[in-house]
Amino acid sequence: MGASFVQFSLTPMLIGVLAAIACALPGNFLILRRQALIGDAISHVVLPGIVVAFLVTGTVATMPMLMGAGAAALVAVVLIEAIRRLGRIEPGAAMGVVFTALFAGGVLLLEQSDTSRVHLDVDHALMGNLETLIWLRASGWDSVIDPVALSHLPPELPRIAGVAALMAVLTVIFWRPLKLASFDEGFARAMGLPVSAIGLGLVIAAAVAAVAAFDAVGSIIVIAMFICPPATARLMTDRLTTQVWLSVAIAALAAILGYVLAGYGPIWLGFDSAVSAAGMIATVAGLMLGMACLWGGARGRVGVAPGA
Amino acid sequence: MVGFLDAITLQAGYNAALVTVGATLLGFAAGMAGTFLFLRKRALVSDAMAHATLPGIALAFLVMVAFGGDGRNLAGLLLGAAASALVGLALVDWIVRRTRLAEDAAIGAVLSVFFGFGVVLLTVIQSLERGRQAGLEDVLLGATAGMLMQDALLIAVGGAVVVALIVLLRRPMTLVAFDPGHAAALGVPVGRVDMAMMGLVMAITVIGLSLVGLILIIALLIIPPVTARFWTDRVAPMLLIAGAVGGAAGYMGAALSASIPDLPTGPMIVLIAAGLFTVSLLFAPRRGVLAAILARRRFQARVHWRQGLLSLARAEPIHDPLTLRILRAAGAIRPDGVATDKGRALAAKSLRDERRWEIARAIHQDTALTGRYDGLTPIEDVFTPDQIADLDTRIGPPQPVGGM
Amino acid sequence: MPDMLRLASHDGALLGAQPTPADAALAVRGMTVSYGQKPALFSVDATFPSGVMSAIIGPNGAGKSTFLKAALGLIPMVSGEVRFFGLPLAQARSRIAYVPQRASVDWDFPTTVIDVVLMGRYRRLGLLRRVGRADLALAQEALARVGMEGFAHRQIGQLSGGQQQRVFLARALAQQGDLYLLDEPFAGVDAATEAAIIEVLKALKAAGKTVIAVHHDLSTVADYFDHVFLVNVRAMAQGPVASAFTTAALSQTYGGRLGAGQLDQLHPAKG
Repeated sequence: MGASFVQFSLTPMLIGVLAAIACALPGNFLILRRQALIGDAISHVVLPGIVVAFLVTGTVATMPMLMGAGAAALVAVVLIEAIRRLGRIEPGAAMGVVFTALFAGGVLLLEQSDTSRVHLDVDHALMGNLETLIWLRASGWDSVIDPVALSHLPPELPRIAGVAALMAVLTVIFWRPLKLASFDEGFARAMGLPVSAIGLGLVIAAAVAAVAAFDAVGSIIVIAMFICPPATARLMTDRLTTQVWLSVAIAALAAILGYVLAGYGPIWLGFDSAVSAAGMIATVAGLMLGMACLWGGARGRVGVAPGA
Repeated sequence: MVGFLDAITLQAGYNAALVTVGATLLGFAAGMAGTFLFLRKRALVSDAMAHATLPGIALAFLVMVAFGGDGRNLAGLLLGAAASALVGLALVDWIVRRTRLAEDAAIGAVLSVFFGFGVVLLTVIQSLERGRQAGLEDVLLGATAGMLMQDALLIAVGGAVVVALIVLLRRPMTLVAFDPGHAAALGVPVGRVDMAMMGLVMAITVIGLSLVGLILIIALLIIPPVTARFWTDRVAPMLLIAGAVGGAAGYMGAALSASIPDLPTGPMIVLIAAGLFTVSLLFAPRRGVLAAILARRRFQARVHWRQGLLSLARAEPIHDPLTLRILRAAGAIRPDGVATDKGRALAAKSLRDERRWEIARAIHQDTALTGRYDGLTPIEDVFTPDQIADLDTRIGPPQPVGGM
Repeated sequence: MPDMLRLASHDGALLGAQPTPADAALAVRGMTVSYGQKPALFSVDATFPSGVMSAIIGPNGAGKSTFLKAALGLIPMVSGEVRFFGLPLAQARSRIAYVPQRASVDWDFPTTVIDVVLMGRYRRLGLLRRVGRADLALAQEALARVGMEGFAHRQIGQLSGGQQQRVFLARALAQQGDLYLLDEPFAGVDAATEAAIIEVLKALKAAGKTVIAVHHDLSTVADYFDHVFLVNVRAMAQGPVASAFTTAALSQTYGGRLGAGQLDQLHPAKG
């Protein structure tokens, strides 16, 4: 755990952990509101978003790409909501229509445009490039207090750290409205809470987390982290506060374990090259959820108790 | 470059013709099978299933390579895809049954974890097959450009078989999709029909993989039924419309993509389906957005019209601007708000109808008739002229309504 | 524009209701609500005096809950005007406590009884203010008033239907309103719970509060309530129980759905 760890593993691990946490926080409420798949829809429309951003700006700079992805996520959310309300279509089907249609548009644009010049491909969007987010300037643990080395951190790290912090702050500030609007919408409305705005705000926050995380780690982790850690935590406790804390811990653990297994697992098994860290993190998160399904302390459904 | 006309008339070469036929059949089958999913509110199960095929494909590749094969044999890959889609589907069901998690969470968990694991396996393949493309993008997005004849044949035959199975099973599946409880009472084995339905969806997913890829096959299962829903309220026509939408999208998409270079088949098919959906969403005669907006405005106008007339009849002041506008437009009041002769006559009629209703409700205890006392239903729609005349004799002669 | 006065009271005139007193706890004029093309409520006028217990009565699908929800702004109106204590909803919210239908929420939600009751304090707590000793004491007291003091830390999914209803009532008590709106508070609850709830409501009335409840058990109307509002899409009758809860009004409201024998058993005031 010396210089090479700081150089090659510390930053990807941190980025993985922060991305997982940034997604897990809004994921808790999405799951309780039966909107778990909004994360799925958002991560699929990221592709058309970055393609359009590239076609419009002609560059592969990060900011335009992120803005394009964010805009696509917003468009998707608005379209889903519009189809659900105007067409009176159930949310799942509305989601399915929107994200597949936008994704198809993205693929079409991708094939039509000259993408050989750009490193814009589906693999990247899906799997991210966690393994390449290394900190070459670091020479050891001393570097974490060395301003020169710190200025050469991969830019994804401060970005995802900022978004993770934003998610944490939003969760704290809007804890009560989120909880009340998710549990009892009618009561929340009667109290004067802007319930629709809260719902939209949650989805937008999820989109911000998804876009920031996708940039660093790819969309597989995004979907997995929106759902798996909160679902695992839900099966372990009946208290919302505990659930959210647990989900953060599980997300971090899955990110670290997944990264380590992807990097060292194959070597332990006698292979010479690592496997996808993003995929492995999702796999570990899934295994944890599987364990919670089997043994979680609060896994059973209570439901509406029968009238006494 | 092949002309669009050639492609659309299946003259653009044997492979292209097979792909076009296959895409049409697949679209038709996907539309119909998707209708059953949609009616059972499980549209996004197809999402989980499609993503869950990835590890199976990768494993099948690894197995075939391990046994000295080429690894890219389509039938072998699709078999693997089917197997892991089945495991994914079983896990979704298991999670929903065994735990408190809702179906959306179960679907999301299964699709992301299976897909993640699939990607892990793909990186394993890449490390084994140095320098050789294993074709990840083909699986994700579908590819018909370099398709072998036998693959095109597989799509065409597979599509035909699935369509035949759906036609064969349409009655029990319609019953179950429409009302599972009723179907069970009729002696339909609901569980087995459900399983057959899922099996068909899985077959379509797997066949569609090679044509449109694993993400866009979801579109073919979801968009046609949602489109069809705008045109009908009944199951049988919905099945046909969804099948037609899917078939048309498959046919047009495949033909267009065969005739224009750099136009990938999968996205074209999906975008044509999405176009049909958009048109339906906006312009469908009864459930479309435009129709709904017009109906809503008509309804609102009727409500305000009735309320306005009753207010006139009782000589009560009206201040609702919409009510005033509607009364004015119909010539019931003058611009300064005073009732016209016509307005007074209409108002008297509406007040008289209220009295008629009052009497009718007192003497008829039949809710089917009096239950329509909702303020908007004209009394003439509910009672015969004789009955109304009878009501009138109980009220007494009409009384004129004073001016305002 | 010659007559920019109050919105006309259409059915009110027909039924002989009084013009709106400014101090009515809830006054509704010309409320029309529709689901699709069929009115769920048509041009309903209703006035609920303050300081008494009122029941909203009508057959299934008559629009009782719809009336309450539209008044609270939970569903949109096609037309109409609503006043609480003479004020529009936005200015009166802090005086209103609401008990939604028990079946309207997900009881599998990961939270505890005391947490739910504290939700009644959220309006005063705002986003970040800590739950103070006073709030906690208030919530505990509200639980005690509904006989649930021992259940504060119980997971809400473990409660019986009657207990869930009591928790909802406790949450409304924690809101410390002047007007209590209850949507089917006695639906699917046991006799003990019903008795406990009615005792709490009567205590509220004794303290000068107003109670309006959607109610469907005609046999208890005369015992529980002072004022009734009979509705079946249209406003059918309203007023003090003694004068408005008549056989004639009931048969108007229910059409053929109540047999003569049933009506006799109710012992409503002679019409």
